[in-house]
Amino acid sequence: MAMPRSYGGLSDYRTVPAPSFSPYSENGGSVVAVAGDDFAIIASDTRLSTGFQIYTRNQSKLFKLSDKTILGSTGCWCDVLSLTRLVQTRIKMYQYDHNKVMSTPAVAQMLSVLLYYKRFFPYYVANILAGIDDNGKGVVYSYDPIGHHESSKFRAGGTAGALLQPLLDNQLGMLNQENVQDKTYTLEKAHAIVKDVFISAAERDIFTGDRISINIITKDGIREDSFELRKD
Amino acid sequence: MAGVLATERTLPGFSFENCKRNSTLLQQGFKPPTAQKTGTTIVGIVYRDGVILGADTRATEGSTVADKNCSKIHFLADNIYCCGAGTAADTEMTTMTIMSQLELHRLNTGRPVRVSTAKQLLKQLLFRYQGHIGAALVVGGVDVTGPLLYSIHPHGSSECLPFTTMGSGSLAAMTVLESSWKPDLTEEEGKVIVRNAIAAGIFNDLGSGSNVDVCIIRKGSVDYIRPFDIANLKGQKQNNYRFRRGTTGVLSTRIIPLVTESEEIKKTEVESMDTSA
Amino acid sequence: MSILAYNGSAVIAMKGKDCVAIASDLRFGIQGQTVSTNFEKIFEMGPHLYIGLPGLTTDTFTVLNKLKFRANMFELKEDRKIAPDVFLSMVSNLLYERRFGPFFVEPIIAGLKPKTFEPFIASMDLLGCPNKPEDFVVAGTASEQLYGMCEALWEPDLSPEDLFETISQALVNACDRDALSGWGASVYIIEKDKVTHRRIKTRMD
Repeated sequence: MAMPRSYGGLSDYRTVPAPSFSPYSENGGSVVAVAGDDFAIIASDTRLSTGFQIYTRNQSKLFKLSDKTILGSTGCWCDVLSLTRLVQTRIKMYQYDHNKVMSTPAVAQMLSVLLYYKRFFPYYVANILAGIDDNGKGVVYSYDPIGHHESSKFRAGGTAGALLQPLLDNQLGMLNQENVQDKTYTLEKAHAIVKDVFISAAERDIFTGDRISINIITKDGIREDSFELRKD
Repeated sequence: MAGVLATERTLPGFSFENCKRNSTLLQQGFKPPTAQKTGTTIVGIVYRDGVILGADTRATEGSTVADKNCSKIHFLADNIYCCGAGTAADTEMTTMTIMSQLELHRLNTGRPVRVSTAKQLLKQLLFRYQGHIGAALVVGGVDVTGPLLYSIHPHGSSECLPFTTMGSGSLAAMTVLESSWKPDLTEEEGKVIVRNAIAAGIFNDLGSGSNVDVCIIRKGSVDYIRPFDIANLKGQKQNNYRFRRGTTGVLSTRIIPLVTESEEIKKTEVESMDTSA
Repeated sequence: MSILAYNGSAVIAMKGKDCVAIASDLRFGIQGQTVSTNFEKIFEMGPHLYIGLPGLTTDTFTVLNKLKFRANMFELKEDRKIAPDVFLSMVSNLLYERRFGPFFVEPIIAGLKPKTFEPFIASMDLLGCPNKPEDFVVAGTASEQLYGMCEALWEPDLSPEDLFETISQALVNACDRDALSGWGASVYIIEKDKVTHRRIKTRMD
């Protein structure tokens, strides 16, 4: 007698491939940081998403590490949370051990070490660190997921990094412009440009939008600002 | 189109001459790029006097927006329109092909085409290509049998429904339709429901965005409102980015003059077309 | 790697007031290796009509030749120059004919309409889906960077001189952040009575 056709007999289980576990997810978002002579600005959008779905429209990706250092972190959100918690703990330990607040360049170096520690199972994050150094000068550090870092005057990262960076090069670095004498920029100009580059990114990157949260770091402390973006 | 001396292949239909090359390239690890997709929200509802179709206006290429204001409600016949989701080129070309076939059908039969004819032609075309033509459609129209609404899937299946939605934002849009659609809606009520359904897709689905387009098809008249609602505005720029002239370094300049050397206008008597008999 | 990024390219077109601009980089490479730095990707299809064909270079030429053939046949048959919108349909049909074995090009068309001299720009994906926006179109390996630049820099009703500065700055700065395009750039400004072709200064690395 012929066997009836069935779904899910024991023999069928052998042909079912074992579901492969993917440890990473991409939760979108962008960060921009600008360093000036006596200030640093760091901004992120507040959209957290997965695939075509929005988790929340109100999650800043900026993490205050001290009164003069802020970390912007995007990518796999669970890794962002783990990493930033680790960084914050290590900063506290440093403070209790040495009885002083960790300087921005020291945080930058430590973050690199923490990332490289997981060289073969990395945190899936794009980090940008902004702050003022011991001389009161603005500094920005950008990282790859396994701890390579460099210091620059302005940097964009995250899903819209490619859209944002050339605009910063052009408008803050004055690159490719002839007969430009004054290559410095004020806090006000940098602030306005940060808003404008996010307006552009929200137009074309589907993972960037809703709102940007801006933190301005000066020697007097951190000032917060917010700016609405399109919500679609 | 080719002449006697210059011949080019003139066979109708698709050409497969690049397929072998492209699959060889794929084997070597050169992936074919993704085509423009309309990660879309499209809806259609039946109301008291006809059909209302709605669509968002975003076309995406991966995670970037390729077109901020594309038109996804396509003309099929005077009394039939069609919303398209899926591969942008496929929805565009499929609806254009069927549009011309419907017009020929109308001229052959001498009467307005039925919505079911449009549906049948579309699903037969899609079925023939076994889902390789990635078009998900919502066809709506009014004919002698009254208002009709169909949804057609890329493999060629279809259903006739009082309200339907397709695309990546279909779940968001369906929540609105399921909670607010009822039989015998007025046109005003219908328009609001369609707008809300599309807006749900625009705001909650990242593949959909920008504006709401609406098309109302009644017996004997059509209102295609584009945009029906501007759901999102571009932010106001803080700075002015106009460059001082001479900012860009120029290496060489070549001017190609386009001067009309002479112009001759021949006036001819306007012949009226012979309309007798 | 995507086959569209095999040779590397960046093409952009913008609308201005009574004028249009189309520009491209000049690099021709094979993956990371630069082969030529004097490689035009923009081609003249009529006095007021230009097409940019970024993508796989072998297909750039195949498509160009097929288009030239079809456009020439059109002109012989119709005894008039082909209009930009008609040409767009021609390109679109040529590409969609190969829906299941496409050419790896993403064409950009810029021109002025005959008689009215109204600006016209359009782009297509590799399957020939047309896109006719009111502001600008971009394509190539630097398209993300170009989108970011254009969204901030472009404004309506730019004069030919201002349009040149805007399109050049958008292109050059975008190419500087793309490893596969750059090495010189070529800009066409199309006006009613003349076309101005400029080679502009860029980084050569």
